[in-house]
Amino acid sequence: MELTRRKILALGSSTFALASLTSLPVFASTTDDEIAALTGGAELGEGAITLTAPEIAENGNTVPIAFDAPGAVEVTLFADGNPVPNVATFKFGPLSASRSASTRIRLATTQDVVAIAKMEDGSFQTAKANVKVTIGGCGG
Amino acid sequence: MASGVKPRVKVPKKAAAGETITIKTLISHKMESGQRKDDDGNIIPRSIINRFTADFNGQNVIDVTLEPAISTNPYFQFEAVVPETGEFKFTWYDDDGSVYDTSKKITVN
Repeated sequence: MELTRRKILALGSSTFALASLTSLPVFASTTDDEIAALTGGAELGEGAITLTAPEIAENGNTVPIAFDAPGAVEVTLFADGNPVPNVATFKFGPLSASRSASTRIRLATTQDVVAIAKMEDGSFQTAKANVKVTIGGCGG
Repeated sequence: MASGVKPRVKVPKKAAAGETITIKTLISHKMESGQRKDDDGNIIPRSIINRFTADFNGQNVIDVTLEPAISTNPYFQFEAVVPETGEFKFTWYDDDGSVYDTSKKITVN
């Protein structure tokens, strides 16, 4: 086949389109995958957890996050817009007074922070909070 | 061992038996996420604290698994029940194998 300028252009643009299609939904799907791996695909209830996060975080390097999940044995936090969605897992021992804790996390961009709580009866509860991030916190 | 690691913990000195107390912990650590690049474009290797535990007289209060998304100088606030006089032990586990710990005594009147 004789490669003309026109053919090369057509070839280039079609491979580019393919690449951009496959790479687009990468972040969203990994969070869902991680949640599915954690819960084993169980149905997620809502309402039992309170997730406290600021509506707007000026600095994505330290975003204060707090949760309160009465009756939970384990709480996992996810940030669905981060390069790695997992944030932290809290396991509560016998001397823990309340199923609540607070910490500071990094957020790369404006996104949802998701908390998944494993309850004492083995069911799962979820809560979500959207945080607008002015300056992202994952470095260049 | 990462340099300049210093744990700081705030626990009340006294409590009533069975009382709920609030504990605040902070440890100075850079928590290098493994996502950043240096001036030459090389990725700076990940170096974080990956686990934090708090125990009272050998019984567990909280056990946290940390990922790179936890901020520099990891901070935690949580609540514990104090059944008797004893000692809280806080332990942080570094990626490089280092273990940092600190203890706080509490008296039950």
